[in-house]
Amino acid sequence: MSTVYEQIGGAKAMDAAVELFYRKVLADDRISHFFEDVDMERQAAKQKAFLTMAFGGPNSYTGQDMRRGHAHLVKRGLNDSHFNAVAEHLGSTMQELGVPAPLIQQVLQTAESTRADVLNK
Amino acid sequence: MARVSYESRWYPLETEESVLDGLLRQGIPVPHACKAGVCQSCLMRATGAVPDKAQAGLKDTLKARNYFLACACKLEPDMDLEVSNGEELRIPARIQAIEPLSADVLRVRLWPEAPFEYRAGQYLTLLRADGLARSYSVASLPREDGLELHVRVLPGGAMSRWLAEEARPGDAVKLQGPAGDCFYLPGKPEQPLLLAGTGTGLAPLYGIVRDALAAGHTGPIWLFHGARDMRGLYLVDELRALAARHPNLQYRPSVLEGRLGEGYQVGALDALIRAECPKPVGFSAFLCGNPDLVLSLRKKLFLAGLSLKDIHADAFLPSAARPEAAGVTPRASNASR
Repeated sequence: MSTVYEQIGGAKAMDAAVELFYRKVLADDRISHFFEDVDMERQAAKQKAFLTMAFGGPNSYTGQDMRRGHAHLVKRGLNDSHFNAVAEHLGSTMQELGVPAPLIQQVLQTAESTRADVLNK
Repeated sequence: MARVSYESRWYPLETEESVLDGLLRQGIPVPHACKAGVCQSCLMRATGAVPDKAQAGLKDTLKARNYFLACACKLEPDMDLEVSNGEELRIPARIQAIEPLSADVLRVRLWPEAPFEYRAGQYLTLLRADGLARSYSVASLPREDGLELHVRVLPGGAMSRWLAEEARPGDAVKLQGPAGDCFYLPGKPEQPLLLAGTGTGLAPLYGIVRDALAAGHTGPIWLFHGARDMRGLYLVDELRALAARHPNLQYRPSVLEGRLGEGYQVGALDALIRAECPKPVGFSAFLCGNPDLVLSLRKKLFLAGLSLKDIHADAFLPSAARPEAAGVTPRASNASR
């Protein structure tokens, strides 16, 4: 079975997906402060890596990476409500890209599997 | 302890100290300005590999030859690094003319004495004979004779005061660069362009707008130049004349404090831009000047639908070392360039 990553067009489609997703999280007052970055390209690159992983594309993410990468945000108060807000935007990004509902569920399950590591539980 | 070798002598570095700070602390006059990895004034060359972070933003040709930014280079404990200054990258130049553009902005014309290739809108580092370095955007076009810089004269500004008070035509200086990716790319002549800058952020935009028009750009071009009050605006007549010759150019000199009806727009730059360009989707944007404004405009334009790859931002950082400016609160808007 092909992954969502392949179905929406692979690496090329990621750039469009990242911009949609990044705009959503940056416009959301609940979580925008976690995504503010003077270097917007660097921030976009991080999100591209995350989306590629969630969509089932080639990635080398490990649970340890997730923990290390988010530890400073957990210190700043990152919690389940923020995680849920991000997942919401992930879902609506896929809807806008025309991803079928069953595949969206599959991606959200992948994202859910990172919750404990992201929140350093 | 990490050590740096420079001109056959070893200099120890303290923990977390950059190569630049370590050499400066021990009396080595390394040219530098922003100390933030942007202006590239502190370019040096190593005999071996350097940490990746010390090469961020450098051209591949420089990376391959082990050039690095001394301000961004921190060594692992016990690491030794042999370095030399970037002298071979600097080309000699002479000051051609210095004239006022406004009460506190100078137009400095330079004559490079070796080929200096650049694109309109990029920036360079200007080095005085004693090594004092500051980076400035280039306002001229490559096909024009000589280089033009716009220099804001700052209270206590080491380079700007020298240019204002002591430098004379014929004086020898050096140039390094260019750097930066804030320039016009031909190929989409119909794409709307949004150019916005504050203060001497007009310098790169003055190059970019003329470059685009010369390349036959047919799409609308918006040029917003913001200043606190009308004394901060310059080249107003030239730009009005340019707009009169090119109906697709909309020139908007804007002030924060002023009266309506005097030929300037009054208000905050972001609000004025939103009023005239409410739907900038598909635009290409060039933002230069005050870092707070540049970064906030960039975010707003991204949220309004511009693609990141279409937003070219050049935030003018103040120079890091300003001992002469004691008593003067350095403001981001008092940029070094």
